[in-house]
Amino acid sequence: MPKDGGIGASTKRREDLRFLTGKGRYTDDINLHGQAYAYFLRSDIAHGTINSIDTSGAEAMPGVVRVFTASDFEGVGGIPCGWQITDRHGEVMQEPKHPVLAEGKVRHVGDPIAVVVAESLDQARDAAEAIDVDITELEPVLDMKAAVADGAPKVHDDLTSNLCYDWGFVEENRDAVDQAIKNAHHVTTLELTNNRLVANPMEPRVAVGDYSLATDEHTLYTTSQNPHVIRLLMGAFVLGIPEHKLRVVAPDVGGGFGTKIFHYAEEAFCTFAAKQLRRPVKWTCSRSEAFISDAHGRDHVTKIELAMDKDGMFLALRTDTYANMGAYLSTFAPSVPTWLHGTLMAGNYKTPLIYVNVKAVFTNTVPVDAYRGAGRPEATFQLERVVDKAAREMGIDPVELRRRNFITEFPYATPVAVEYDTGDYHATMDKLLDISNHAGFAARAADSKARGKLRGFGIAHYIEACGIAPSNLVGQLGARAGLYESATVRVNATGSISVMTGSHSHGQGHETSFAQVVSDMIGIDADQIDIVHGDTANTPMGMGTYGSRSLAVGGSAIVKATEKIISKARKIAAHLLEAAEADIELKDGAFTVAGTDKSVAWGDVTLAAYVPHNYPLEEIEPGLEETAFYDPANFTYPSGAYGCEVEVDPDTGKVDVVAFSAADDFGNIVNPMIVEGQVQGGLAQGIGQALLENCAYDENGQLLSGSYMDYTMPRADDVPMFKVDHSCITPCTHNPLGVKGCGEAGAIGSPPAVVNAVIDALQRAGHDVTHIDMPLSPDRVWAAMNR
Amino acid sequence: MNLSGFRDIGLGRDAVWSGLLDGDVLQRSVPGCTELTGSATDGFEAVVVQKVGPVKATFRGAVVLEEMVAPESLVLRGEGKGGAAGFAKGGAHVRLEETTDGTRLHYEVEAKVGGKLAQLGSRIIDGFAKKMADQFFENFQSVLEGSPEEEEATTEAEETDETAEKKGWLKRLVKS
Repeated sequence: MPKDGGIGASTKRREDLRFLTGKGRYTDDINLHGQAYAYFLRSDIAHGTINSIDTSGAEAMPGVVRVFTASDFEGVGGIPCGWQITDRHGEVMQEPKHPVLAEGKVRHVGDPIAVVVAESLDQARDAAEAIDVDITELEPVLDMKAAVADGAPKVHDDLTSNLCYDWGFVEENRDAVDQAIKNAHHVTTLELTNNRLVANPMEPRVAVGDYSLATDEHTLYTTSQNPHVIRLLMGAFVLGIPEHKLRVVAPDVGGGFGTKIFHYAEEAFCTFAAKQLRRPVKWTCSRSEAFISDAHGRDHVTKIELAMDKDGMFLALRTDTYANMGAYLSTFAPSVPTWLHGTLMAGNYKTPLIYVNVKAVFTNTVPVDAYRGAGRPEATFQLERVVDKAAREMGIDPVELRRRNFITEFPYATPVAVEYDTGDYHATMDKLLDISNHAGFAARAADSKARGKLRGFGIAHYIEACGIAPSNLVGQLGARAGLYESATVRVNATGSISVMTGSHSHGQGHETSFAQVVSDMIGIDADQIDIVHGDTANTPMGMGTYGSRSLAVGGSAIVKATEKIISKARKIAAHLLEAAEADIELKDGAFTVAGTDKSVAWGDVTLAAYVPHNYPLEEIEPGLEETAFYDPANFTYPSGAYGCEVEVDPDTGKVDVVAFSAADDFGNIVNPMIVEGQVQGGLAQGIGQALLENCAYDENGQLLSGSYMDYTMPRADDVPMFKVDHSCITPCTHNPLGVKGCGEAGAIGSPPAVVNAVIDALQRAGHDVTHIDMPLSPDRVWAAMNR
Repeated sequence: MNLSGFRDIGLGRDAVWSGLLDGDVLQRSVPGCTELTGSATDGFEAVVVQKVGPVKATFRGAVVLEEMVAPESLVLRGEGKGGAAGFAKGGAHVRLEETTDGTRLHYEVEAKVGGKLAQLGSRIIDGFAKKMADQFFENFQSVLEGSPEEEEATTEAEETDETAEKKGWLKRLVKS
């Protein structure tokens, strides 16, 4: 019997009322009195030396307020990087300066050179054409392997090379892994590319800077997943504004997928210019501009080797990856191919020896950073592809090979430094085979064959790590931030509640699911509870939303704060009921003396807290407001089995995903409907990566897939009706909700399932095809079949 | 992007060579060229209005003639900046070969685009460049040889400046 409220209920999303009726308040809806408009003049070449910038023509254009170049930012810091990697030789990574506006050189198409601020956007744009920039073109650095070869041109002249770092993990395992691979019965090798993606949230980025001379306060309205992080990075490292004079507001945000985690130059610019000009400055990104200024995702090139004994038991795993950083280090870029990737290389398997090498490389392309899954999709793709290839080489069924190697005892310490607390991989595999009707595949394949199509079934079993923590550990790993989350629960006099969270909702439905948690704990209606987020002025310092952390970390902070509230309310209730505190029970919004019918309602207790006439003032303070900061003891480890069924048209190479089933273990579930929506969205993105999306540069560093004519986003008819199940539950052992996180799973587990399915279809039809790089577009599939 | 081809022009090699160095001929040959000033020795400044797929822009740029071996071969090199639309640049290696009917003009063109042109127009840029090259040499040929319509116009209103401009270049050369 489904619940109609609280934890476990598919409560409809309260935020959808405003989103679906056009009443959302996004950053671009914010227009301030006297606001001027910023237009960024961006480099149209990939690499060059700036000889001169003449802004005089632009300054004379109608409506121009001021033109800014790098020289205006001499007293200002660069855009900081939030994670420092130490390489396998004990050296810290090479970290180039990332100026707000290009200094001396342009390093990618889209690198901002100058900004025109004018009375209107059209005037700013027109004036930008009158800026005369003299640039000497330099040879661009594009291919990662060529970039680190001797004598390659350098993206940053002041660095020793284009190599950001050469990371080895776990370095002590290196020789043992080499030895095990050398002596193994069989080694399966695969070279693959994880294609570069553009996140493409529905809402492009926007920034509005404001400054009050009266109070010396700055306000930045921005499309961010983590306003407190932006305040910290921009205030402390770029502009030198202390937190009490800087407010960052991220109102309704139309999707982030990682690309809105990072601190961008445009945010710093608008904040800076607003003070310089004493008027608000607004920048709204166009879709074309987003393609060349939003951080991209993925872009790894990997060689992976899996060593097995004669029974297919995994003995050792070795990977060699080149990871593209782009031209500058975006906020969390260095962490993605390392700690968010190497630590996941064990997957669901008992492989005893693992060594991961990652070379991060600077190129003349847009910076690359976290995108839905961030490192974990790259790890899962390699692993699930090589396991599938190994199964075919060893003549073992892919499901069986996985099962033989599954981890079955928990907690399990992997050879790549993490400890899985819970999981049941056989259960999720069983569930997948059931809901996908795996047993009926042969009949469906025969039917496809009769229609001239090649049918294939692909499996992937993923592990992911969410809620990255604890802070003291990640600090040792190079994080320059804490990874806790915060909540303030403010109970009002009449019993309604405002929950101020450091998390940020930009499509995840926090306003609904967080309210369900508090509603369930206290036993009052969720309508009595508001979730407040997105404004540093009225939320406690929090780290925001990414990495599927919000419920596991932010939700746990809310639980901790609510527990403090209940503890205090219980004391008040005990006083009002003239009973011992230990005898007071909270149930359905009322405090009752155990074993009696004496009770006091929630609203009477909260009123007493604020009108403390009959109140134990000598023991407790009036009021009912508590804050908690929660720093998890470990990551959470969601896992799941994904099954993809495709039909390939042998005449054209076109792949149709005809069925897709997902059996996930997310631990406990707060709102099953929201979880299903998260999984479906992730699956659509993963299928997009596998079949359609590709961010392509030409040999000059020009972005070729820079619009929706060439960058193919998945559409409704590219994805099937998904079968999504999350009934396999092994609760997380170290957070109070027992939840694991579901935001990225779909995008992590689906790409290898799709590719495995296509390879399966082709091999069943007798084609000797063992790998095709994503996206599996018709031309690539057809070429592979007709080699 | 590279393309190559040839055109047969019913004129002698010296006449074709002179045409390649003539600003007026070039202006009338470059598709969308609205202004062209300068000379073969100092280089030309050109304004070209063109639409590439969804991007329409006014390109301002320089055209220089290099590696000139009269009357056999030269390299035409040009670069145009289209403001927000990005840039286009390229070169054409031109070789003139004498034939029994006149001159065979061989060309090898390379073109590069950047900025929004590449971002939005990359899928059509090859076809566009081919069309531009075809049009250029087509125009060049008709300007040199003079089209039948132009001859007609010439006879009808011989004295006005306007029509004089439309005349075949060689005919005007001969007349003047």
